[in-house]
Parts: sequence; structure tokens; C-alpha cells
Amino acid sequence: MRSEPGGSTTWEAYCQGLEEMGPLCPNLVVVDASRSSVPDRGFVALCPDRFFPAGVSEQDLVLTAAGLALGGKTVFASSCAPFLVGRAYDQIRSAVAIPDLPVCLVTTRGGVTAGQDGADHQMVEDLAVMRVLPHMSVLVPADGTSTRGLVRRLSRMEGPAYLRLGLCPLPSLYGPQDGEFHPGGARLLTQGDGVTLCACGIMVHEALKAARILQRQGIEAEVIDCYSVKPLPEQTILASVRRTGCCVVAEEHSRIGGLGSAVAECLGREYPVPLRFVAVEDRFGQSGMPEELQEYYGLTFRQIVGGAVQVWAMRRR
Amino acid sequence: MTPEHRETLEQTALEVRKDVVRMIGVARSGRLDSALSLVDLLTYLYWEVLRVDPDRPRDPGRDRFLLSKGRGCPALYAVLSRRGFFPREELWSFRRLGALLQGYPEVGRVPGVEAPGGSMGMGLGLAVGLSLALRLDGFPSRVFCLLGDGELQEGAVWEAALSASVRRLGHLVALVEANEHHEEGPWKAVKGIEPIRRKLEAFGWEVLDAEGHDMEKLEEAFCGLREDREAPMAILLRTQTGKGVSFAEEGRGGDRGLSREDVDRALSELEVRGGGTGDA
Repeated sequence: MRSEPGGSTTWEAYCQGLEEMGPLCPNLVVVDASRSSVPDRGFVALCPDRFFPAGVSEQDLVLTAAGLALGGKTVFASSCAPFLVGRAYDQIRSAVAIPDLPVCLVTTRGGVTAGQDGADHQMVEDLAVMRVLPHMSVLVPADGTSTRGLVRRLSRMEGPAYLRLGLCPLPSLYGPQDGEFHPGGARLLTQGDGVTLCACGIMVHEALKAARILQRQGIEAEVIDCYSVKPLPEQTILASVRRTGCCVVAEEHSRIGGLGSAVAECLGREYPVPLRFVAVEDRFGQSGMPEELQEYYGLTFRQIVGGAVQVWAMRRR
Repeated sequence: MTPEHRETLEQTALEVRKDVVRMIGVARSGRLDSALSLVDLLTYLYWEVLRVDPDRPRDPGRDRFLLSKGRGCPALYAVLSRRGFFPREELWSFRRLGALLQGYPEVGRVPGVEAPGGSMGMGLGLAVGLSLALRLDGFPSRVFCLLGDGELQEGAVWEAALSASVRRLGHLVALVEANEHHEEGPWKAVKGIEPIRRKLEAFGWEVLDAEGHDMEKLEEAFCGLREDREAPMAILLRTQTGKGVSFAEEGRGGDRGLSREDVDRALSELEVRGGGTGDA
């Protein structure tokens, strides 16, 4: 595991993944409602026939993607989370999820760090809404390598997936030798028997910071990059929690319905332990700089450290 | 079209109508009125227009028919079984637990069903994507999408209508029911959609009119489809809700299924009247 500063955004890594996979997968097509964000070089230049800008019409975007999938294509369909997930939910449900079509819905602006546009443009409930759909995988990578790895895997997908990406540069966690990333997967980033820290997306980096602080206090934290929120990597999480006896879940999402809920459902059923959530309380976002919003909504390593100390004191023995 | 040919098609449509009545009767659920209005058109399409092969239902070069108006699916199911896509016995478990034939079309489950049709206003958008895929692959397939006019109130239909003309999908044909019952009923009072022709033309479509229950008129309309178009084509079909069964034409035969008496009455009426073409 490495943590190098100055990495790319997961959105940029996604575009690189398309550029890599486009020429290799003749059935891969991209439907995009954020044309300005998919660079004209890369996939668009390599495979111009297979790139369809969708304009401002998210329902049509999803239906077009589903129709392309009915015609045998593997489809990446991208837009902003609030409008893709929010406006086109019925289309996602009826035309993608129920028929189990190979359409990957790719979004930015999930969570609050999209920043200054405010509540309408920051969807804190997207993971919850996508997670409840049968057939749907839900993926939140934390760095460029894992994002590209997921694009590689999803280029050969057989069913629907939701891929939540970000526009903030993130340090790299993985190198090219770090193997495959896939729905249902997870990575153990640090090992320890003190506390399990489950996180996805930007919160993985906060969890790593928290682990370093906890180590100085004598608590060895096990950080799990739960990039697959659904299917949840249950065996990895349970194996860790059986060692540590306590758990903190951190996500840039409402504390209702996201990774925290998924982990709680699993632990409640299989191995109940003290549990804390570091997430957005039950409220919407607002305008602000990304780092200000992270502080304001309590999405930093400090909350993770606080939660970890609490559950550690109550840990199951 | 020879008189004998026409009579064969009409006879097929009559048998399809009877199957529709029976399956809705056995299921004790389903919309008779929405299904019967489609029978003549679907019969004409599946026997005269569509290049499909029941023995190779996944043949990539086939024409596609998408039923956006999912409520009419009993007619599609009855036509598909009669055309040989699956055994007719399946019709009698329509809408039952574990049945092949779900209450609304489910793609991947039923041979010959090309698209999901459970939520209104989605078929045309799906048809746009499917047309793009076929064009990418260089297949000469045509894509036909049937919409009820009630669906035209859905915004997604108009997003798709715009996409189809912007993307120059000349191999896409929208079949739009211009349904007299609806136009005079409460539906129009809530939100009338006419003039459909002028709206579609403004969106860049070519538009034809056709009589939806007359095999010869249908043949005229479909012969008017040139293969070298760039603009998508819409055919506005004048149809009669519940066509062929008087109580369904009068607005009964809605969502509560049919009683045994209704089924008997409908079947005997179809025998006497002949169902589709030629009478009012």
C-alpha cells in the first residue's frame, strides 16, 4: 500500500480507463451528459462512433443506454448524481435494473465535496437509492488505479452497476501490480487488531490518516477500502471484525442507507460489535469549498479517530 | 393484397382476439380494452412486415418491435405464441406466480419480447438506443415502437423524439395509437395532446396516418416506408379501444378482469362480428 500525494481525480482515471478499454472492447459504448468533462482526446478520439453525447435529458440518457445494451452493447452512461439518479430513477429501475442490462451508471457530484453549487448538486443519498435496487452493483473507488481497474472489469460486465466518482484529486493507494478490482472486492490497507475502519471513496484517505493517529495511541487499526458497497465484501469485513471486535464506517454519504447501513446489516446479522458511523447526518449539502464542507459535515479523520476510541473502549472480547 | 390474403390475416386476428379474451379471463386480471385495439396492427406486423424468425429469436439481424404501451401486452403475447415464439399453453398462466408471461413485458424472459414495457413512456427512448446499436453494427434491421397516445404526456417520449431526429434514425418507426376512446374520454380533458402530427413534424419526424383496423390500409401505410429515409417515421394509427367486443369498446374491460359471463359474451360476439376489419 502506498499513499502518494498529488494523484488524479477518479473521474480522470475513469476517462483513462475508457481510453484503455475502448480499442480492446468493440462493444463498449459511452453515453455522456457531461460532454465537457469527457475529454475530446482519449476514448472520444479513438472511438468517435461509439461516443454519444446525450445533451440535457437524463431520462433519455438512461433509456438510450438501455436500448444500446438491448442491442448487445456494454454501456457506460455518465452524468451528475442528482440528475441521473434523481431524475431518471424510474428509467434506471424499469429499463436497466429489472432487465439486468450491462449498463454502468457513472456519476460525479455524489456526496458534498462537489462544492460550491450547493444542495441540489450534491447528492448525499445516491448510494442508498442505488443500493436498494436488485441486480445493481454499487462502487465507490478511492484512487485512480482502482478506478481504472473497475472500468477494466466493468467493460466486460453482464449486469448493471453504479460507479460514483469524484472531482477532487486524490493520492494514489495502489500501483499497477496491485491486481484486479471487481464488484464484491475490498482491500485491506493496514493490519491491526485494535479497530476495523471500513471506508469508501475520499474517506479511505481519512481513515488512513486516522489509523496513523490511532497507532500513536496504541490502537492498531485495520483499514479496509470497501470500494464495493454492493455486493458488500462481507468476508473481508467479518474476518477483520472478528479480530478487532469493533468497527467504524466512514463515507461521504448520508448515514442512512449507504456503506454504514450495509456494514451494520452484515454485522448485526453475523457478528454484532460496537459500531460508529462517520457520515453526513440526515440533512442536505450546501455551498462551500470541498475541504470546508468536509469539516462542516464531520467527514475527516478526527471524527474517525473519535469514533474508533469510543468503539475500542466497548469492543467485543 | 388479395381478398384471400386479407381474409387469412383477418382470421388470424380473430383467433388472436379470442386468445386475448381467454387469457385475461383465466388470469382474472389485465386490460382487455388496451389489448384489443392493437390486435389488427400486431397481426399485420408479425405476419407481413417484421423480418423475424421464431426459430432464431435472437438473430442479431432481425427487425425489432418494442411495445411501449405495456398494458397492451396480452395482444403481443397472443401474437407471439401464434407466430411460434413459444407454446400457446403459456397464455393460460398469464399473470400467475412463476409464469413465463408477466403482467407487463419482461425482456430476456419471453422469446420475442424485445424490451421492457412496464413503465409508461420508455419504449421510444429504448428504441433510439437500440437503433443506434444496430446502426453501429451495420445491420439493416428496422426498429418499430408502438406507443399509446396517453403515453405522449410523458416527457421522456419527447426527449426521445428529439434524439431520434437529431441522430437521423431513419430506420426507426414509431407507431402511435390515435385512440378515439381516449380522445373523447376523461384523458383528453385532463391534458389533450393533439395535434400529434404537428408536434412530431416540429420535432423533425415524417408522419403518416393509417387506419389501424384495416389490413389493406395498413399495407398502404407500410408500403409508404422508404428504406432510405434519414428522418424517423411516425405512423399515426386510428384505433378503437376494445375493438371487436362491444362492452370493451364502451369502456368496460378495464382493470378488474373479466367475469365468466363477460368471457362467454365476448367470445360469442367475436364469432358473430368477426372482430376486426370491416365493421364498426
